Amino acid sequence: MKFKFTFWKLVFAVIMVAGIYATAVRFAQGLGASTNLSDQFPWGIWVGFDVLCGVMLAAGGFTLTAAVHILNIKRWHSIVRPTILTAFLGYALVSLALMFDLGRPYRIWHPLIMRNPHSVMFEVAYCVMLYTSVLSLEFSPIVLERFKMEKALKIIKAVLIPLVIFGVILSTLHQSSLGTVYLIMPTKLHAFWYSPLLPVFFYISAIAVGLAMTIFESSMSSKYFGRQLELPILRELGRVLYIVLWVYTILRFEDLLHRGMLKQVLVNSYEMRLFWLEVILAMIAPIVLLSFRKLRNSPGGLYLIAVMVVLGFITNRLNVSITGMEGTAGGHYLPKWTEFAITAMIVAAGFALFGLAAKYLPIFPDEKEHDAAAEEPKAVPVTAAVMTNAGD
Amino acid sequence: MSKALLYDATLCIGCKQCEAGCAQQNKLPYDDHIAAEDVTSDHKFTTVMTRSDKFFRRLCMHCQDPACASVCPVGALHKTANGPVVYEENRCMGCRYCMVACPFGVPKYEWSKVLPKVQKCIMCPDRVANGQPTACAEACPTGATKFGERDELIKEAQVRLHDNPSNYVPHIFGVEEVGGTSVIMISGVAFEEFGLSPAKLPKDPLPIYTYRVLSRIPDFVPLGGAMLGGVWWITHRREEVAAAEAEEKSKKDGGTR
Repeated sequence: MKFKFTFWKLVFAVIMVAGIYATAVRFAQGLGASTNLSDQFPWGIWVGFDVLCGVMLAAGGFTLTAAVHILNIKRWHSIVRPTILTAFLGYALVSLALMFDLGRPYRIWHPLIMRNPHSVMFEVAYCVMLYTSVLSLEFSPIVLERFKMEKALKIIKAVLIPLVIFGVILSTLHQSSLGTVYLIMPTKLHAFWYSPLLPVFFYISAIAVGLAMTIFESSMSSKYFGRQLELPILRELGRVLYIVLWVYTILRFEDLLHRGMLKQVLVNSYEMRLFWLEVILAMIAPIVLLSFRKLRNSPGGLYLIAVMVVLGFITNRLNVSITGMEGTAGGHYLPKWTEFAITAMIVAAGFALFGLAAKYLPIFPDEKEHDAAAEEPKAVPVTAAVMTNAGD
Repeated sequence: MSKALLYDATLCIGCKQCEAGCAQQNKLPYDDHIAAEDVTSDHKFTTVMTRSDKFFRRLCMHCQDPACASVCPVGALHKTANGPVVYEENRCMGCRYCMVACPFGVPKYEWSKVLPKVQKCIMCPDRVANGQPTACAEACPTGATKFGERDELIKEAQVRLHDNPSNYVPHIFGVEEVGGTSVIMISGVAFEEFGLSPAKLPKDPLPIYTYRVLSRIPDFVPLGGAMLGGVWWITHRREEVAAAEAEEKSKKDGGTR
């Protein structure tokens, strides 16, 4: 146990040192020295992974708050807090990543006063800005509880439902809009991915990844923070994921059929191999695995399925933003080590911050609840549950 | 009336005077080395490409409804009434969406600079506003690049194609492509040889593709809010009713509470 701990600490330290050095290169010498970006590839992994995947991986926040607070699925309540934490960290890190990618990061506030409502990017900027604020408010009860600030807690509880609704609307808008971003490139993005339905695909896959990430992060928490695994909840999430993946897969292939691309995906090419990598990882394999009762009910099976879905849709985002463009750009883009180093630093920071928050903040509130329930069996359970849960 | 450029590749002799004039106007370095560069870049806004004995000029097309201007979140790029698509560097935060969106790959970035900006041909907006031709048109010794009113230049291109059909491929580039451009081009060899594919470019202005989706947002927000609120009300109302019924039942059962 002790060795393992120091090993991960060492990995973290190496990533941080490399990341800080790369950061120095980026800001002292500019994008040319620190990236393999060019006029052919103006967007690389800082957009394709850090921003597109970052926002997608944080989708569990709106998916779970909508399920618990709007659809009133109370039994999922115990996993809402870690999901909100993941989402909040995700958006904070996406904003951080933008500071590296923007040519002039000190002007990141410009959209506040220089508005172009015809720009998808402008809309995404506003949604992300507002949603990060919403998430910090949804997250605030955790901090307020920790420091026993009852008055502020009361205020948040009073506005919780409108806040959740606002968050779901903002998420729907910008998750889909990240797909809309690519609608203006009908001549550049390969036809396997360019579709008028891109915003719909981005939105549905965000929900799938939101569910998968919740399963993933719940499994990780039980492994590394000694948390009791919420297996009954994860099984239900797996079942919903199964349906969402079917909807997504049917839509994707129906869209290919309508656009006459169904034959093309069987003709060997660079894009064809990338397409099938994505389809197998994100769609076929998880759907097949989820249809086995033994796998969809076991912690290991669910974990494997969640990881596949996450990797599959990361492949999808990278195909849309990078590899799907290589054909028309005429060439390949491979990130420079500094690009990897900064991305790795941001991801590692995410893991570390989650760990710290899990250690010092009441992220997993139900444990106490379980204990309390065990001590005073059935003592006004309904009101107690409502009281302790109201703040999330 | 909006101004435009007509480029007739059959008149071009590859002297690159347009490149030199452009560099001087935009205070860019220019020497034999740069003249030999085939592509446009952050230090070369127009280029005369050579394929065997044929020449073809590339520059910003100054679209009638430019994708770059539509995607810029801070409005750093815009189409002026005169025709030029201009750039305000003080607004630009460097997201580079313009570069990704442009169907002609025109905007270039100063990758080597710590505080970079976007660079592209801006069609000499100050000269155009004063009624002068662009620097490239003024420098052209053969009239291959001609400055004038867009409508008139299109008519002239039609006349040239009509009078000498054997000299030209039967297409006027820039009349319909992506909703029309302010640079009109005619050529003796296929446009594809110089990286322009009329067949692949949609006739619709590209901003339509994103605006079709964006324009639904104002309707979606109140509708989505009402819908989610409605679902919330139903799911919680059900619970309240159940609780009230349970309470009534327990009262009837003896009110032991």
